[in-house]
Amino acid sequence: MKNIIACIDGSAMSASVCDAAAWASNKLDAPLSLLHVLEKTVSPENENLSGSIGLGAREALLEQLTELDEKRSRIALEHGKHMLEDARQRAVEQGVNDVFMQQRHGSLLESLTELESDMRLLVLGRLGEDHDVSAHTIGSQLESVIRAMHVPILVAVGEFKAPKNYMIAYDGSDTANKAIDRVAASPLLKGLEGHIVMVGDDNDKNNQILNQATDILKKHGHNAQSALVEGEVIEVLKAYRHKVGIEMMIMGAYGHSRVRQFFLGSNTQTMISNSNIPLILLR
Amino acid sequence: MLQTIKRDWFSNIRGDLLAGLVVALALIPEAIAFSILADVDPKVGLYASFCIAVIIAFVGGRTGMISAATGAMALLMVTLVKEHGLQYLLAATVLTGILQIAAGYLRLDGLMRFVSRSVVTGFVNALAILIFMAQVPELIDVTWHVYLVAAVGLAIIYLFPLIPVVGKVIPSPLICIVGLTIAVVALGWEIPNVGSKGELPDTLPIFLWPDVPLNLETLIIIFPTSAALAVVGLLESLMTAGIVDDLTDTPSNKNRECKGQGIANIGAGLMGGMAGCAMIGQSVINVKSGGRGRLSTFIAGVVLIVLVVFLDEWISLIPMAALVAVMVMVSIGTFSWSSIKDMKQHPMSTNLVMVTTVVVVVFTHNLAIGVFVGVLMAALFFANKISRFMVIKRKSEQDTSSRYYEVVGQVFFASSEKFIGAFDFKEAIEEVTIDLTHAHFWDISAVGALDSVVIKFRREGTHVNVVGLNEASKTVVDKFSIYDKPEEVEKLMSGH
Repeated sequence: MKNIIACIDGSAMSASVCDAAAWASNKLDAPLSLLHVLEKTVSPENENLSGSIGLGAREALLEQLTELDEKRSRIALEHGKHMLEDARQRAVEQGVNDVFMQQRHGSLLESLTELESDMRLLVLGRLGEDHDVSAHTIGSQLESVIRAMHVPILVAVGEFKAPKNYMIAYDGSDTANKAIDRVAASPLLKGLEGHIVMVGDDNDKNNQILNQATDILKKHGHNAQSALVEGEVIEVLKAYRHKVGIEMMIMGAYGHSRVRQFFLGSNTQTMISNSNIPLILLR
Repeated sequence: MLQTIKRDWFSNIRGDLLAGLVVALALIPEAIAFSILADVDPKVGLYASFCIAVIIAFVGGRTGMISAATGAMALLMVTLVKEHGLQYLLAATVLTGILQIAAGYLRLDGLMRFVSRSVVTGFVNALAILIFMAQVPELIDVTWHVYLVAAVGLAIIYLFPLIPVVGKVIPSPLICIVGLTIAVVALGWEIPNVGSKGELPDTLPIFLWPDVPLNLETLIIIFPTSAALAVVGLLESLMTAGIVDDLTDTPSNKNRECKGQGIANIGAGLMGGMAGCAMIGQSVINVKSGGRGRLSTFIAGVVLIVLVVFLDEWISLIPMAALVAVMVMVSIGTFSWSSIKDMKQHPMSTNLVMVTTVVVVVFTHNLAIGVFVGVLMAALFFANKISRFMVIKRKSEQDTSSRYYEVVGQVFFASSEKFIGAFDFKEAIEEVTIDLTHAHFWDISAVGALDSVVIKFRREGTHVNVVGLNEASKTVVDKFSIYDKPEEVEKLMSGH
């Protein structure tokens, strides 16, 4: 059975990631796997600038560096175990039965790519341990992870509480239609109040496609309603979110190439960094 | 992409800056010494070191590795420079780069797996010996002053790092060179210095197309040198990359390194520099000094050229004997000391491969030939070892008119003679059964040996039954792709 993978690190987001993952695990009735990736840091200590090398310099240096790495890795491994154990207890308290813990060496992206085939949902924090929690930025690894993964990703933001409603940003594109289909088919959001929001002119064409999308959700037993609003995408979505009190955001992610993103910026990136509520990104 | 750039370049800024400085200081004497070795002006080696280090910082496949003008390459150029001059060397350098890029695209870096560990050790040791031997001419036919300066230089290099705190912060080769230059100038000793060995750079390198006729004749002149340079350059770089991989416990892209070195050499050739490659000694110094990223290689190149251009008058005063001391340190640091200690435990064949590689290189001054001989010997020893993994069991049955032979193990060119010899053709019997169910036929020699066994028996009037030939000869084919799956390999290697 496919897992929900929650990425735990030493950051303040870890608790929230754990809560979000536990919620999803209960909803989807899928096992939860807590992942801690031990990334290698490159900051050599004990530097020796003497610039001289004597007999057996290479062997001696190899031995010295290995010893150093060994010590560091042991500590990191131990530390990671404690973090995972804490996260596991937290998840169990919230009623998740199947919780696994795993630790892997290497980069986060590498590890996730390897695990992708058994992944149903990936849960990440918006910021990793290298950042300050209050910052309105997105973590250094988040974008590359989102771009590389093909599974849905839940990005935890702030403290997590089970959402009562959700909002789908809809634009009539293929990506958006696929997102609607996936939401409709998934048990994750069933029973929640759904809002399909489209930003565009109030004309027949837009109304028609929006209604089609809403019908799909309704047909699958979702409690869905739609809204067509005019204005600048990000601002309007934000305003709607505040007005209705939306608690979770669903969106397609990074529909455009990096080149376009470089010149025009990315809606996804802006949405993630401005958001105060958790997001589910569908690729 | 952006993240990779950030990681490769800026994840270790402080360490890289300091290590780059240390390496630059160590590169200057080496570049000068190797230019003198190749019989060209010091500026050729210095320009080369600058261009190669800076270019490889961007295009290389192994972060934290230092590439520049090297002794292994310099030794291969001597004849070309002597007979045809500097311009042909520059043309050969460009061609070397082109060949190395081609090698990168043909994925020849994969051939490194045939270079066994003992050949690598032999290469490293031979390199150390060559660097040491190159210093000997500077110590022949000179006054006692030179010996004294060299001896004091070595003492400074090895003893200075022992001083607490200061010793670990200031590079001792720098102290050696600066201290001895001041001392020699102050004492007014007239001993050979760098200025007496040729021109030093007084400007940044400029783009210059090598002044050679572009025709077939030129190609014939430079090709042999370029080919040897390309092979040795890639060998040393890939070996060094392996060493840095081990030291830093990080992977590298060997294929990118091949192409990167090609680009760097083309750049060096067009900027008036000689061909170069990765340097084992300098890379170790870099890692030891805390260098891990591309930045340290880049800084090493830039600092080198800045120092040389601005201090050229001072550099020309450096006594050769001080450089000799630095180079002796590099050669000692490059030599694999443990390979001597380990000789007692290693099998004879391994030691023989290592020593032969060293001896061939020292005699030919060509690391490519040494490695070729080493690889060949290692392959022969391996074939010989595997050929022993064959037994032929001769089972006597009650019935004296028939005989049963069971072949177990590897049958190929090296064991085919033993295979034929194991059958008793003198025995007068009516029927013989050869059971190949537990044998593996690896090549046509094995099939030929079986044929000749069958014919010999037939000539004695014996009827031959061969059992399990189909399975045994499955391994003859070259289409390994079929057997790449684990279960297929298991089936093939089990007793069928």
